[in-house]
Amino acid sequence: MAKLVFTQQLRRFTDVPEVETAATDLRAALEDAYRINPQLRGYIQDEQGHLRQHVVVFINGKRLRDRTQLNDAISATSMVYVLQALSGG
Amino acid sequence: MPHQALISTRKGLFELEQDKGAWRITNSNFLGEPVSMSLYDRRDGTLYAALNLGHFGVKMHRRDPGSSMWTEIAVPTYPTQPEDRKGDPFPWKLKMIWSLECGGPDQPGVLWAGTLPGGLFRSNDRGNSWQLVESLWNVTERTEWFGGGYDEPGIHSICVDPRDSKRILIGISSGGVWVSDDDGISWTVRTSGMRADYMPPEQAEQPQSQDPHRIVQCPSMPDALWCQHHNGIWRTTDYAAKWERLKPQAADTSDFGFAVAVHPQDPDRAWFVPAGADQRRVPVNAALSVTRTRDGGKSFEVLRNGLPQEHCYDLIYRHGLALADDGENLLMGSTSGNVWASTNGGDAWQEVSSCLPPIYAIQFV
Repeated sequence: MAKLVFTQQLRRFTDVPEVETAATDLRAALEDAYRINPQLRGYIQDEQGHLRQHVVVFINGKRLRDRTQLNDAISATSMVYVLQALSGG
Repeated sequence: MPHQALISTRKGLFELEQDKGAWRITNSNFLGEPVSMSLYDRRDGTLYAALNLGHFGVKMHRRDPGSSMWTEIAVPTYPTQPEDRKGDPFPWKLKMIWSLECGGPDQPGVLWAGTLPGGLFRSNDRGNSWQLVESLWNVTERTEWFGGGYDEPGIHSICVDPRDSKRILIGISSGGVWVSDDDGISWTVRTSGMRADYMPPEQAEQPQSQDPHRIVQCPSMPDALWCQHHNGIWRTTDYAAKWERLKPQAADTSDFGFAVAVHPQDPDRAWFVPAGADQRRVPVNAALSVTRTRDGGKSFEVLRNGLPQEHCYDLIYRHGLALADDGENLLMGSTSGNVWASTNGGDAWQEVSSCLPPIYAIQFV
């Protein structure tokens, strides 16, 4: 199962689950997290479904480039970190 | 009953109370977070706060009367941007809540939110849900709106007519002044008399060229409104059918600025905070002043007593000047985090704080 880890900076606003997921792409993995805490969606994605401008995602240590489709592949061994960017502070 | 006030800042929402004539800060909320606007609902005592989190987007919170706890509530969201509108100048994404107002006393729970990039939203249930006012969002002129103050166009002024809650007037930077007489079902633009010298000459009088920085409505005579425009000071006495330009004549003042306040009973009395000019947004001669008219703009007094008169570079944003219901108590907060108060209509000012974060909005509770 892939692991999805959110920045603990979010804890001051909402519950932050650590998610194990069988999803095969990032968008589906995020949906698994939103099922646990629906409020999380608005913190990570905007109303058009895009990754928020100052949120960054790393998959297996590689920074996500496509912030719109969010269809990067993940596998059973993937580590996905959803963090706040240094920009936007 | 002592006066109370809310100050929305770059790093939190502060509550103030006037105690034996002196203001003091009594509480801070959302410390460290940008609070773009707050609202006290006089109809039921509820507080609302609009946060603009640097990383995680716009959030709305509500505090019920008697409670010390804030609850996160729904935030206005734009609908999915259709394929045939992908060419719009600005993405259909909420960037900021720039104005919050209550509906009329006959509309309990109704709230209005003005946003960047130019959408007006309405809630009928105290912010539990929001609906985009599509009739305004879909006006053909909207694609001509442009950023003023921020990159995207935005709604900073929402005036709900005290005589008829279905009559709403809004100000857009930059997109002019729009009026609805039917509770937001249909809209007409009303900028006749306004002028934008910062545009090419042939566009100077076009409605969408107008950048009203702030519009306020006299509660006891709602046909009278004052506007601090990017290009000067205007007022109307016929509900925006015609705007009249007015100009302070004193050599040491200016008609450029952002904030305006109007007396609750006297439509001829209004306050402004001049900045040097568009290209120099600091007080004239680095000396802070407030201009006041008591005769409908025929003349303006320049008020300085108690305000810093040398090396002052404070700017008062659109929502940074507030007048209490008594028409005498004023509060003013600056981008440098300074707050001043007056108990006599601006004749004299006292410093309230010199070390708050940059101030976006200030209002009496």
